[in-house]
Amino acid sequence: MAEQLFYFLIFPGLLFAAIVGGLLSWYDRKITAWVQFRKGPPLFQPFYDFLKLLLVKETILPKHGSKGVFLAAPVFAVFGASIAGVFILLPLLGIETGFKGDIIVIFYLLTIPSLTYIIGALASGNPLAAVGGSREMKLILSYELTFLLVLAGIIQKAGMTISFNEIISLQTINGAFAGSISGILLFIVFIFCIQAKLALVPFDMPEAETEISEGIMIEYSGTPYAMIKMAKYIMFFILPAFLIGLLWGGLNFEGINILWSILKILFVVLLLTLIRNTNPRVKIKQAIRYFLVWMNLLAIIAIVLSYFGL
Amino acid sequence: MVKKTLIPIGPYHPLQEEPELFKLYCEGEIVKDIKWETGYNHRGIEQLSEKKTFDQSFFLVERVCGICSTSHPFAFANAVEEAGNIEITNRAKYIRSIVGELERIHSHLLWVGLAGHFLGYNTVFMWAWKYREPILDLFEMISGNRNSYAMFKVGGVRRDIENNKIPKIKETLDKFKKKNDLLVGAVMDDPVIHARTKGVGILTKQDIIDYAAVGPTARASGVAIDVRKDDPYAAYPLVNWKVITAEKGDVFAKAEVRLLEMYESISIIEQCLEGLKKEKEGEIEVKVKNIAAGWGTGHAEAPRGEVFHYVLTDGSNSPARHKIRAPSYTNIATFKKSCIGQTISDATISLAAVDPCYCCTERMAVAYDWKTGERILNGNELIALSAEKTSKLKNK
Repeated sequence: MAEQLFYFLIFPGLLFAAIVGGLLSWYDRKITAWVQFRKGPPLFQPFYDFLKLLLVKETILPKHGSKGVFLAAPVFAVFGASIAGVFILLPLLGIETGFKGDIIVIFYLLTIPSLTYIIGALASGNPLAAVGGSREMKLILSYELTFLLVLAGIIQKAGMTISFNEIISLQTINGAFAGSISGILLFIVFIFCIQAKLALVPFDMPEAETEISEGIMIEYSGTPYAMIKMAKYIMFFILPAFLIGLLWGGLNFEGINILWSILKILFVVLLLTLIRNTNPRVKIKQAIRYFLVWMNLLAIIAIVLSYFGL
Repeated sequence: MVKKTLIPIGPYHPLQEEPELFKLYCEGEIVKDIKWETGYNHRGIEQLSEKKTFDQSFFLVERVCGICSTSHPFAFANAVEEAGNIEITNRAKYIRSIVGELERIHSHLLWVGLAGHFLGYNTVFMWAWKYREPILDLFEMISGNRNSYAMFKVGGVRRDIENNKIPKIKETLDKFKKKNDLLVGAVMDDPVIHARTKGVGILTKQDIIDYAAVGPTARASGVAIDVRKDDPYAAYPLVNWKVITAEKGDVFAKAEVRLLEMYESISIIEQCLEGLKKEKEGEIEVKVKNIAAGWGTGHAEAPRGEVFHYVLTDGSNSPARHKIRAPSYTNIATFKKSCIGQTISDATISLAAVDPCYCCTERMAVAYDWKTGERILNGNELIALSAEKTSKLKNK
């Protein structure tokens, strides 16, 4: 029991994932700053942001709307993200092997933060949050199918195994899945799914600052908003880690491989950052069409190709 | 029957920097009706102007708008000079046009950046504003100020552009042209920008005529209206240039018109600089003793459209009546046409596409009690309120 609690709260769950996610968020902001001829924030800025929200800023509750649900939603977001983090990071860091079928569990756990954002937004009673919530809902409906197809493709490549640990060890023996054509296609589709899951530009319409002023987050302030930030930091680390585990041979922490593992994560985050800095926000209709038609098509092609062993 | 929700944009909203309130009545994401309230920014400029001398009024009208801070003095100078029947020297005309066109470049760049920001494309925002910096440096070299240049006066300009500054201006413009090519390419060829802006917020030619829209908003719908051509002033009749128009009338066309207008502006400035070389240095103003009683009107083509000033003079050294009409005043009304039926995402970029400038436009505000509908806080009460606050601050 104590061990499980340690896994969940400290390593590799809540605390560790949040700290690494915070650092990655700094990296993302720094790269963004370089692309835009700016200087960028200092290393610990994400943590300053978090601590300021947690300790200094007052929490303002919406007058109309359901306060209990509004406050509970961020807590569930953090829980969902950290449990998903534990299930992803335990096999990935080689601590425990996990169990058979954990990919399916992870898939469900990864949707929890987005769902809680919607619930929290709708509980706030703000019309802008309602618009943001409905956009997030449409976005989830469009990318979840694609995400599932990607997982199906990976499972097929791994010879119908649904254990995350087995997929990683399979790649350690036979080489990374991303080395084949179907693997590259799946990698591309996965990257866009992450982009939508993290609500980064071009898929940031649930928040869309200049349209609906942060939409789903508009009523959050102080401690609840700090929780949401934390959930976002965690997601910002575990989703790239999940991608690397499934398609890019996992992480290895022996000797010089540490450097290679870190570079892998930084590379995936760099891709996300570059996509978000070279595109305007698309409309929700366009995003739905993009995922339902093009990304699904790409994923299905990848599945067919992998069936023929390409 | 779908319930209509009110989506407020403003009075403080990240979309636009100024206080304004747009009420979008939406069914789901579709905007069904739009109402707007401006008047958060009333400063009583016209009244103030009547209490100042002509020379002082230039500094006042310059502060009507922070971005197009030359177009208002330009139109005001035209109006006063018409009232006083004053003919200025060619050198002053060239300098006025140069400052006016430099301002157009920086204002259009500013809009391109902001439009990028409104679309969530912050890289375009930062890049456009970086490229705008050298233009502001040019302003600093010419006038000593990066903004609010204080260049205009009745009968000419306050500062000369000496001939030894001309090569530096040309060099900066050449460098800027190359960077602008990059920016224009990045905006005009980006498929995602096309997807977001083409066919969005369309204003037809008839809409433009119905709503009397001006400036790039009108020119993007194929209405070639431009005060510089229609009623030439300053050095514009002395140089060669063409009015840029586009046909589609959507947001993309408006961006296209603005981006291409920057090249025309560069060409006008280059020709004006050539013209400057032929004129004698220092001949930048004619001495004006007094302005006879009468009236005058003046327009200038601001980056957003026609700025109109009317000045009534009574033979004294200050305007007896001064009336200002800014381009956004007519352009804002087109929202009724461009936003209804669009989604919220499209409506917000349509709002931004006319490059509205509320502080230019606002002349009057009335506050009503929302329950009883009675008028509250008249001018004297507001002044008393302000005086009270000032005394509070002083006593602190």
